[in-house]
Amino acid sequence: MLGTGLLQGLAVTARNFLGSFYDRRRFVTTQYPEQRTALPEAYRNFPFLVCESADDPMGTLRCVACQICEKECPPQCIYIEKSKDKKPDANGKPQIYPAVFDIDTAVCMSCQICVEVCPFDAIKMDQVFELAATDRFGALLMDRHALAKPNSYFQSIHPTEAGEVDSRLLAARLAAEEKARTAAAAKAAPKPAAPKPPAAPSAEAPKPSPPLA
Amino acid sequence: MNPSGLPPLASLPGPQIRAVHDELHGDLLELSMGPHHPSTHGVFRMVVTLDGETVVKLKPVFGYLHRNHEKIAEGASYLGSMPYTDRLDYLCSMTNNWSYALAVERLAGQAVSERAEYVRVILAELTRLLNHTCLAGFLLQDGGASGTPLMYAFREREKILDLFESLSGSRMMCNYQRFGGCRADPSPAWLDSARALVDGYGRFLDEYEALLTGNEILMARTQGIGRLSPQLAVSAGVTGPMLRAAGVGYDIRKVDGYGFYPRFTFRVPIGADGDTYDRYMVRILEMRESIGILRQALRDIPAGPILDPKAKQRGLRPKAGEVYSRIEGPKGEIGFFLISDGGPNPYRYRVRPPSLINLTILEDMCLGQSIADSVVILGSVDIVLGEVDR
Amino acid sequence: MSAGPTDAHLLERAPFLLRDWLTHALPEPLRWFANTLIAIAAILAIFGTLFALLTLVERKVLGRVQNRPGPNRTGWFGILQPVADGIKMLTKEDIVPRAADPLLHFLAPVALLGFSVLTFAVIPYGRDLVAVRLDAGVLYFFAAGSATELSIFMAGWSSNNKYALVAAMRALAQLISYELPLLLSAVPVVLAAGTLSAPDIVESQGGFTWGFVPHWHVFTPWGAAAFLVFFISALSESNRSPFDLPEAESELIAGHLTEYSGFKYALFFMAEYFGMCSLCGMAVTLFLGGWQAPLAALEFIPSYAWFALKLCALLLVFIWIRATLPRLRMDQLTRFAWKFLVPLALVNLAASAFWSLSFGWAGPMQALRWAIGIALAVGPFVLLGRRLGAGIGPRTYRYA
Repeated sequence: MLGTGLLQGLAVTARNFLGSFYDRRRFVTTQYPEQRTALPEAYRNFPFLVCESADDPMGTLRCVACQICEKECPPQCIYIEKSKDKKPDANGKPQIYPAVFDIDTAVCMSCQICVEVCPFDAIKMDQVFELAATDRFGALLMDRHALAKPNSYFQSIHPTEAGEVDSRLLAARLAAEEKARTAAAAKAAPKPAAPKPPAAPSAEAPKPSPPLA
Repeated sequence: MNPSGLPPLASLPGPQIRAVHDELHGDLLELSMGPHHPSTHGVFRMVVTLDGETVVKLKPVFGYLHRNHEKIAEGASYLGSMPYTDRLDYLCSMTNNWSYALAVERLAGQAVSERAEYVRVILAELTRLLNHTCLAGFLLQDGGASGTPLMYAFREREKILDLFESLSGSRMMCNYQRFGGCRADPSPAWLDSARALVDGYGRFLDEYEALLTGNEILMARTQGIGRLSPQLAVSAGVTGPMLRAAGVGYDIRKVDGYGFYPRFTFRVPIGADGDTYDRYMVRILEMRESIGILRQALRDIPAGPILDPKAKQRGLRPKAGEVYSRIEGPKGEIGFFLISDGGPNPYRYRVRPPSLINLTILEDMCLGQSIADSVVILGSVDIVLGEVDR
Repeated sequence: MSAGPTDAHLLERAPFLLRDWLTHALPEPLRWFANTLIAIAAILAIFGTLFALLTLVERKVLGRVQNRPGPNRTGWFGILQPVADGIKMLTKEDIVPRAADPLLHFLAPVALLGFSVLTFAVIPYGRDLVAVRLDAGVLYFFAAGSATELSIFMAGWSSNNKYALVAAMRALAQLISYELPLLLSAVPVVLAAGTLSAPDIVESQGGFTWGFVPHWHVFTPWGAAAFLVFFISALSESNRSPFDLPEAESELIAGHLTEYSGFKYALFFMAEYFGMCSLCGMAVTLFLGGWQAPLAALEFIPSYAWFALKLCALLLVFIWIRATLPRLRMDQLTRFAWKFLVPLALVNLAASAFWSLSFGWAGPMQALRWAIGIALAVGPFVLLGRRLGAGIGPRTYRYA
């Protein structure tokens, strides 16, 4: 009979109207600034630079300004200038560091490719999304000071990924130390004529890390 | 090539434009709908010539969202184009990713792990659910419902997007597929929540259909409206639910059997009249089939690596050659055509966007219908301007 | 306004006591004038407030139906939202297109609001609580109400906008189509009550069968059918979903409102809600027993409260329907009126006549009376509905 479909529809809307008062599955709204949903661990927004220490972020950046991310970034939102001098990294090895590291968050499309291609686990995805600014240019262009965040922060937002990265880096460091020790032992051995180049052990470090598992 | 076995396109009526413009018949009214119009799905524009309220001519105008995707991709690395494919049909980034990954895998001869193939099927079918649910909402919105079907659709879509987010890190711009597999491995907890969602989705569809399918106003507004003949559909290259609603049983999941689709049992619903109602119903029925595929895939998904760590992503230089990959996206055949000259970026990169090609016959469907119908017909074509304009 | 009831209790007489307290000092000729002014002021104030609340309630209900909270940021549960909307509307720039006819463009919302307010004059809001006691009140109501669509045409034409023009044409077609079933569905009530005066129609629905079934017209077979026709026509008359074709936002952007902004735009909405309220008020008056209580035991509640309750219930149904249904197409809208509602209303006239003639039937004849009455009401509905729905219906699908 004409109208039965309409009545059926009216019944559905009535059920939803009543259901919205007691059924959380129907009434799904969260009142955003007051209530916040927990972000999933995988959530990504804009990249940040990992540093080892919160006290000296510029001195302990993992980034060695290799510029792979700059090259791979699809929208070309990363700008890096290499330093002229070298600073010791976490393993004590002198490395080039980024004198300038800018990410234009107005251009960045949060694709995470910089993270995937970084061989040093130096750039990771952040979860801060409240970045609205009144200035179109300056405030959205993040320099290395704004980008640097300590490893402990990385641990807090992506615990699984950070745990893997840390164990991997630890393994790499132990391997490097092991090699350095054997090299030192070899140097101390009676045949010092063929000194091993000191760069050789650290060749372990830039091994491309496997993509996120 | 005539996969449907239909007679050639010869006897179809061409556009009929009224010739009389005298005092008795009055003037025709040319109305430019869009690009700023509530129901042109973004920045689409149609220049409609009206005789009273009847459409006598319709000229689709697009390109307002053109962003040079294909040319940019020719300068970018193979990996660098992957996130751009998210932005084609921004409702279905997972299927766009898959089609592009398939193209590069074929070009580079990379194998895909078994688990990754299952995950791809799961995500593609979830995308189909998401897209079709939203389409029904948009269609009803174009038909004048005050947002209610759309809100229900978005309520359910949100649950799927939550799954996408917890897996890929982003709700819509997933950038999830990689050459030879997928970027992140779904955890058992993720698979469980996907199972829960799939189990509940049938109930939601029942309620959704109770609201919509039997609605006399919806039936009156869509049945017999915007007919698309199978001949025209085939000759215009229409694919996806639109083609199947026109009565041609052509589904690339069955025809090509890409991925692990041959392992799953599912049926392909076919319309008889090719009108707006059929286009709506075929999508609803497809969702029910998708639920079946999802159940099977989530039951059978094997353990194992999701991506070979040695599979090359960065600095990929496939040997010279060309490839065309296609999959059955929610909107139709989403294909990528790549030519490699052995360099780090494709020599030629071309997208076959289902939305654009399905849109080309808009005028044929709208002629003789009223202005109100043309909006609903446009809604039933299911366009996303990010893909139409690229 | 006539003299208040003398035998009712205090709450029932409260409006009259208040009025008399305000005007008792005036000399007799002036008092009549002052009483009328007070009636106008009361109607404007009450329905103005109702309009404000209704916009909020509509958005809240629509929100809840769509599983979201609706406006809840301004004030407690969004209670100040209408105020915020009002301030926004008042402070917005009033844009008049250069090509528009400025006089008509200005007059349209004013006339629309004027005509909508006029219809409130004859609705009995409670026992003896009616602004103007007209003998032909029902007729006056429809006359004033039908002028509103003319104002919509004015708005559409004067805007000099293609969308607005199409909307104007739609509004006229809608007016012509739905005025007829609206009137025809009210005629049986006039037939049964034997009067065109709204208060008398309400009086005629007093009393109860077996002590608990009120004598409202909606509880007779012809009354239910007429109420349905009246209600559907009222939806269309007030341009509400699923008949909101003049301002069909998915096709015509905002229809006749496309070129309106600021307070003129708000006036259109005010008029739409006023029209909705007055039509619901008339539906309550004609079919739902007006201010009569549904049970004799509940008559201690003042009559105007009952009227307000019924009015609000009908308004909620308006909102509920808006939340559910998609929009009809123009040709379907007119076809629905001419091929379904008008014949239904005409047949219903006969059904009502039969009901009046068979007034004296008793015993088994009473059952026959009900059977024939229901057949006369439901039969045409089913038959006409089948004709109207020919060619559409659920389909079965095959699989490749």
